[in-house]
Amino acid sequence: MYKLTVEDLHKKYGPHKVLKGVSLKAKAGDVISIIGSSGSGKSTFLRCINFLEQPCAGRITVNAEEIRTHNDSSGALKVSDARQLQRVRTKLAMVFQHFNLWQHMTVLENITEAPIHVLGVSRKEAEQRARGYLAKVGLEPSVEDKYPSHLSGGQQQRVAIARALAVEPEVMLFDEPTSALDPELVGEVLKVMQALAEEGRTMVVVTHEMGFARNVSNHVMFLHQGVVEEEGHPSEVLVNPQSERLTQFLSGRLK
Amino acid sequence: MIEIIQEYGQAYLWNDGYHLSGLAMTLWLLTVSIVIGFVLSVPLSVARVSQNWAIRGPVWFYTYVFRGTPLYIQLLIIYTGIYSLEVVRGQPLLEGFFRDGLNCTLLAFAMNTCAYTTEVFAGAIRATPYGEIEAGRAYGMSSFGLYRRIILPSALRRALPYYSNEVILMLHSTTLAFTATVPDILKVARDVNSATYASFEAFGIAAVLYALLAFVLVWVFRRCEIRWLAFQKPQSH
Repeated sequence: MYKLTVEDLHKKYGPHKVLKGVSLKAKAGDVISIIGSSGSGKSTFLRCINFLEQPCAGRITVNAEEIRTHNDSSGALKVSDARQLQRVRTKLAMVFQHFNLWQHMTVLENITEAPIHVLGVSRKEAEQRARGYLAKVGLEPSVEDKYPSHLSGGQQQRVAIARALAVEPEVMLFDEPTSALDPELVGEVLKVMQALAEEGRTMVVVTHEMGFARNVSNHVMFLHQGVVEEEGHPSEVLVNPQSERLTQFLSGRLK
Repeated sequence: MIEIIQEYGQAYLWNDGYHLSGLAMTLWLLTVSIVIGFVLSVPLSVARVSQNWAIRGPVWFYTYVFRGTPLYIQLLIIYTGIYSLEVVRGQPLLEGFFRDGLNCTLLAFAMNTCAYTTEVFAGAIRATPYGEIEAGRAYGMSSFGLYRRIILPSALRRALPYYSNEVILMLHSTTLAFTATVPDILKVARDVNSATYASFEAFGIAAVLYALLAFVLVWVFRRCEIRWLAFQKPQSH
């Protein structure tokens, strides 16, 4: 029983093919790292999963519910039922590279926004849970009334992770969650992500952090020019790369 | 000076013996036009940024016409121009509305400030950080939910400094109301001037009243900014 399956995903911008048939299967508790150089299509792939980008072809199934689509006149994939997509999206919480917190809301409001206004949880319960998630990502209770712009990047990203946890997702999608952070702040975010992985959460992580890919994830996908060049358990893929591309990629990164 | 205040003070402030006048009338003109302008400009600004030309186009045309012509002319057309049309005079309802100078003034002011406010809000909506909209989508919000919870609350806050400017400019624009015989502060000052020939005092008092009003408005908007724009301020430790 898979939490998330993506089958044969294609995406192109005009004539330029970014993804040429990428598939992914995630069971409960899987932590899948997607690695690759910039331009390999890894972020696009992740953003196609919750339809922030429109794929051209492919099937996406979350918790045995397939997102219903049809082909429009230009051949692109269109979502048939907007309400279904909205419902499925709440099961796929996303953490963004640039946090994308709602700047006009306090930390607490950011975390309770989707539970209250999308999922219909009562304010009292949502706030109570939000405080639990804040503690879980290692933030002081005193930050709850602050605005995102008053926090450091690492704190903001941890708030964004708390916001993702608050919708109680089936799968968490991380889009380069540490790439916009100062080097000394990367550790605090990775630590939170590691704790989530150890809790048994299902995660798909686009990352440049080879340490995370090697030590935390149980599956690594190496994307190159829109195809999966190599994938498998990190202890095999990252230690004994078979393809020349991955060998090259790793020699530049693993030291 | 003392005599002028004793004799005309009441007219300057709220009543000229027949109806509302002076400061109270200016405040009434300002409040009604600002409130109508605000209420209409929120949906219009959403239409203004629509991707559909059939929705965006008419709003563009409306704001272009009202921002492209002087308010004085708009007031003249609405007050004297429209009333001179046979169609309007033949219709009891329209005839009753457009015969009244105050109605015409409020209509012109509201349409005018609404046009400017629509553009201010539309600009703020366009400047919404795209990542915040994406985050709203990723967390399952519908388009309506996005506007209601993310785009409009954020845009209206960010528009506040520009909006307060528009309100103060509107306060100054209310001085055109005398065109339609509405007894606002300036109309009272003109009457005092012609009755006493004390031009400096007559207009000086009016200027002081406008300055006080502007001062109060600036203070009110300052409070609003402290409250609603706190997220943009550098934090004090």
